[in-house]
Amino acid sequence: MKNEILELLQENSKYTASDIATMLGLDIEAVQNNIEQMEKEQIICGYSALINWDKTDKKDIVTALIEVKVTPQRGEGFDRVAERIYKFKEVKALYLMSGGFDFTVIIEGRTMKEVALFVGQKLAPLESVLSTGTHFVLKKYKDYGVIFEENKKDERMIISP
Amino acid sequence: MNIDKLISQRVKDVPPSGIRKFFDIVNEMGDAISLGVGEPDFDTPWHIREEGIYSLEKGRTVYSANAGLLELRQEICKYMKRRFNLDYSPTKQTLVTVGGSEGIDIALRILIEPGDEVLIPEPCFVSYKPCTIFAGGTPVVIPTKEENNFKLMPEELERYITPKTKILILPYPNNPTGAIMEKEDLEKIADVLRDRDIVVISDEIYAELTYGKKHVSIAEIDGMYERTIILSGFSKAYAMTGWRLGYALGPEAIISTMTKMHQFAIMCAPTTSQYAAIEAMKNGDEDVVMMRSAYDKRRRLMVDRFRAMGLSCFEPEGAFYVFPSIQKTGLSSEAFCEELLKDQKVAVVPGTAFGDYGEGFIRCSYAYSVDELKEALSRIEKFINKRI
Repeated sequence: MKNEILELLQENSKYTASDIATMLGLDIEAVQNNIEQMEKEQIICGYSALINWDKTDKKDIVTALIEVKVTPQRGEGFDRVAERIYKFKEVKALYLMSGGFDFTVIIEGRTMKEVALFVGQKLAPLESVLSTGTHFVLKKYKDYGVIFEENKKDERMIISP
Repeated sequence: MNIDKLISQRVKDVPPSGIRKFFDIVNEMGDAISLGVGEPDFDTPWHIREEGIYSLEKGRTVYSANAGLLELRQEICKYMKRRFNLDYSPTKQTLVTVGGSEGIDIALRILIEPGDEVLIPEPCFVSYKPCTIFAGGTPVVIPTKEENNFKLMPEELERYITPKTKILILPYPNNPTGAIMEKEDLEKIADVLRDRDIVVISDEIYAELTYGKKHVSIAEIDGMYERTIILSGFSKAYAMTGWRLGYALGPEAIISTMTKMHQFAIMCAPTTSQYAAIEAMKNGDEDVVMMRSAYDKRRRLMVDRFRAMGLSCFEPEGAFYVFPSIQKTGLSSEAFCEELLKDQKVAVVPGTAFGDYGEGFIRCSYAYSVDELKEALSRIEKFINKRI
């Protein structure tokens, strides 16, 4: 039941407990309790809207993907380094990677310069960081499974057998 | 020359589809929101479309074998085995058709002699009766009722059988009611048919869309395999309506005769669609599960909301329609739909479009997003509140 609730919330976090209860054929109180519990357990970590900022007047958001190579710290591996990185509010996402580098850091800033400064002044100087490689995002086509700017029109005949 | 006089009277006598009539009314309205469609709201899954595109890139733009690409027929037979444990020969018992609709037409035409009676449980899909008449047969309607969950009851079937009865159409999971026939229901039907020379045309186009209960084909019931034509297709299960692809399975003598008619009338089903369909059969199971699960949630939403409005709403177990009763409003189905359209700009289909026994009901499709459904339901609720 929990997974089904989560799937619906992930599809649309605006669904109310009553919507979810109806759609899953469950008791509304049970759904409410489950959601509260999962919020407490940090299974549900928050609710946010997926925004295509390009369509707003606040277009000046720059997203960059930074490849970071680090030296893992004795006894604590990568986690301690990760913590030092993810605590910066500019860091929107941080992933530990396999392959040619160690971390993917997703940074958002107002300008390319701001992002570059952050990398140069905050990220690269960290003791355990060996090297960084910055890639700026030019256009977002799809995020979190949602295709931006998709002009989808219902082309079905309005009545059909 | 009076060209009208030259058109077959038999064809002229068939009234135009009730769907068509209502379509024209809704179309004039322009900006209505509609719960009127009989096709999925999903796009065909991309990997299936991509196979179709690839076949075009490869220049596979020629006729296929009359019965369909052998690989597709093999995949269909594997699917029937894995889903329903039914054995069909890809070379002798399988025909790929232009949608389920072609299957209905040619199955009726290869069987019917003038005067043969065809039993049709109603409410049902719109084609059976006209196709029977076009083929020179006599349609005999068996009413199915809400109190019987819109199932075909054996005693009703028995009552309508005459020495002229040749065919029973078995349209389950049902459009428009959403009713299904379970194994024990089918066994009772089989008991009535077993010692009679009646062929069953089992239209199982919605077989993949049942909720909570797995679809059972009448061909799985003892003694029925040798007298059953299964009609199915890709439209509903894989959201492939526009590809126009279906299939017929049945006894060798029947399928070979259907193939003969198909060969002269159609040549073969669209080749591009057939390549896409191979991919659907091979790798489409997950897509079906995803779509079924989405429909199921919307189904519960619809039933719940209609009941909350104070209407009697049979709980559908298949297809993607609910069929609530609007008798409480005192309006006929058609009047209800026209008033609702004028008052709230919501289009639903009058039950009578699916036969006279659909009077008192409306068909609402839930092949729409949850947000669209909620908006439409709120408007219907406003309308109902004024009436009851």
